[in-house]
Amino acid sequence: MEVLIAAALAVLQPHMLLIVLLGVTAGLFVGALPGLTATMALALMLPFTFAMEALEGLVALGAVYMGTIYGGAFTAILINTPGTPSSIATTFDGHPMAKQGRALEAISIATIASVVGGVVGVVFLLLAAPPLAQLALKFGPSEMFWVAILGLTLIGSLATGSVLKGLLGGAIGLIIGTIGISPIGGESRFTFGWPPLQAGVSLIVALIGLFVIPELLSMMRQGRAAIDSAAGLGDGGFRFGSAMTTVFSKPVNLIRSCVIGQIIAIIPGAGGSITSLVAYNEAKRGSDDPDSFGKGNPEGLVASESSNNVMVAGSMVPLLTLGIPGAPPDAVILGVMLLHGLRPGLELFSETGVLANGFIISMGLAALMLIPVGLLGGRLIYQVIRRTPHYFLVPTILVITILGTYALRNNLVDVALMLGLGIVGFAIRGLGLDAAPIVLGLILGTIAEQGYVQTILGGMAMDIPQLRLLENTLSQILIVLTVAVIGWTAWPRKRRQKD
Amino acid sequence: MTKTKNTSFATLLGAVAGLALAAPAYAQDFPERAIEYIIPFNPGGESDITARMQEPMMEEALGVGVNVRHQPGGGGAVAWAEFQGNAEPDGHEIIGINLPHIVGQPIQRADSGYTTEGFDVITWFHFTPHVLVVRADSPFQTLDDLVNFAKENPQSLTVGGSGTFSGNHLETLRMEQLTEADVTYIPFTGTGPLPAAILGGHVGAVISNSTLAVQMVDDVRTLAVASEERLDVLPDTPTFRELGYDIVGGTYRGVAAPKGTPADRVEMLANLFTEMNTTMAERQVPMGFQMTDIRGQAAVDLLVRMREQYGDFLTQ
Repeated sequence: MEVLIAAALAVLQPHMLLIVLLGVTAGLFVGALPGLTATMALALMLPFTFAMEALEGLVALGAVYMGTIYGGAFTAILINTPGTPSSIATTFDGHPMAKQGRALEAISIATIASVVGGVVGVVFLLLAAPPLAQLALKFGPSEMFWVAILGLTLIGSLATGSVLKGLLGGAIGLIIGTIGISPIGGESRFTFGWPPLQAGVSLIVALIGLFVIPELLSMMRQGRAAIDSAAGLGDGGFRFGSAMTTVFSKPVNLIRSCVIGQIIAIIPGAGGSITSLVAYNEAKRGSDDPDSFGKGNPEGLVASESSNNVMVAGSMVPLLTLGIPGAPPDAVILGVMLLHGLRPGLELFSETGVLANGFIISMGLAALMLIPVGLLGGRLIYQVIRRTPHYFLVPTILVITILGTYALRNNLVDVALMLGLGIVGFAIRGLGLDAAPIVLGLILGTIAEQGYVQTILGGMAMDIPQLRLLENTLSQILIVLTVAVIGWTAWPRKRRQKD
Repeated sequence: MTKTKNTSFATLLGAVAGLALAAPAYAQDFPERAIEYIIPFNPGGESDITARMQEPMMEEALGVGVNVRHQPGGGGAVAWAEFQGNAEPDGHEIIGINLPHIVGQPIQRADSGYTTEGFDVITWFHFTPHVLVVRADSPFQTLDDLVNFAKENPQSLTVGGSGTFSGNHLETLRMEQLTEADVTYIPFTGTGPLPAAILGGHVGAVISNSTLAVQMVDDVRTLAVASEERLDVLPDTPTFRELGYDIVGGTYRGVAAPKGTPADRVEMLANLFTEMNTTMAERQVPMGFQMTDIRGQAAVDLLVRMREQYGDFLTQ
């Protein structure tokens, strides 16, 4: 307790609060721009943190991280474009709300949900880090395989139209995911002898191509009307009070989303990209009125934004206790810690408790800071998008997108792939195929492949190595869950058809 | 703690100032614009963190901007291929290079897009020897325990490492050859997942770099280190040589310029990287890095030695 107070005092200094404020603000704008990711923002900050004290450096990184994940919500709501992979599910209901003229209300709801998520993640980290870390270690190769399979079953219920089209999209994603150097084995696949393709199709490239470009193309086709409806001309303001009521009136949804966010955050390698999708899916499944999802139901927005912000502090559990970076931005934070002579582990808390706890508390502060920064920044971004004529807006977003894609890996091939996928994405949108299942297939395919091959390799001494996939209790639980989800997806459809 | 931090920062500042004073001694016509320093890996890794430390010191010393750019993909191959194809050999474009990566990939993949010899190596500035680690509660107390188990139970001991036909993998193959142990190598994507693999018991042992052994020193037992002499940061860990196996290997990190860059510029950059090493040693040696300065003929010899050590495994 004394350590906590000392840590709080160390963080509640004016200059620390300023670092948090600046970090959250910078992160917000980075997150709002498609193609600029949290990892990139943290990497660019690295040289500055070397000159800082260890605590200052970590506080700055944590604040930027929190701001980035939240900032992805703005573009998701306003122009149907997830600013970061973790806000894919925010587009599902956030953008329909904007189209109904409730853009600022959606931003309010996203902000409150993000704050709740951010604070809950910090509480989990302060109170339950050691047991959560032990749980994280249970996810070995075979468990990861089943996590990926379970994730793929989401496609069936995420698909807005037909399940078949969703599965088709997922299969396309799985195939795209095989391009490049295979994660295990190191062979080149589908590079057609062309060295640049060794890098494969990056998730961000696919995300921008499949979400942003089709949106821009339809804006161009519809002209001013698309922007007007997207930015909600007949706007009713922030409605902060009613947004509070909306978020807290469904406590089950909020708690469930936070718990899902926390569990996925500690699974190494699953990363934040699928957190919001899983939470969204569960919110839809648990709702009395699942058909209203995807049409501007605030519950979907709450699920997505609360779960992805839990992840920021949540992924610090395996990082701080075990030195395992759960998501790419965590790798940068680990690097900074090691450079300052800080080794992850329980000693981090016992020997440098003020520092470790101060870092954690600062993430809570960063989450609270989202309210003023988010509402002001949100209004600014909203006004810019609303007042800019579409013939400026569309090319501007396109240029930012291209720059962001290039900056990702400094690779022009990525830009070409992004634009190519964009045209494909626009075409298949006309056929009723959603982008989300494709992206999900791309993310989970690699995880499943890795888990499968690693498990089989580990069983080389056995007669039937495949049996290792079924060995562990956690694997068995995941298998049961998978079967249950498939059953659930198939069952109500039959029932609905009878009605 | 605060005090030591301040001291090290002061040293850093002092060294930067020293480098700045030394700068006018260098050739006047170079550099005439910003230096592009390409890192062929993701942010947050050892190569990236090192480059981020070098960046401000280089700017001070050279008087021009230094842009550290990431170009990850294909285990480094994408960036190396593009660099050999497009970079101007005038010293303004340099790239991080790693061993045994640049020896292994061109042998193993037909479409890697670059050649091992296609660089002018400036200097290899870091070496992290390989280590063999097990979890602290593992029954293997010594390397012999592990080797004997693996001889009696072929293929049942799993050894995790980063990548396929990477340094970790090749070292595992060499260890199997020299010790006659029969283990199963499990590749992971990078060093990041290895702590979870070993702490969670998903693999029986891990072959990785010395930095990981230092980072996890409280939770693992390091059975042997593949360096010529024991490391100061791991004083109780024997070398493979002490235990009777001639295994010395690890990851070398360095920088290269395009083939055909003027020799005086390459040498000037080499001197700069070596000077920066002195400053960085204070932070990086305790993390498990060994600072090196392998350039010129020695760098060529190193490539030849690497190919002899690992080439057979790659062409089999």
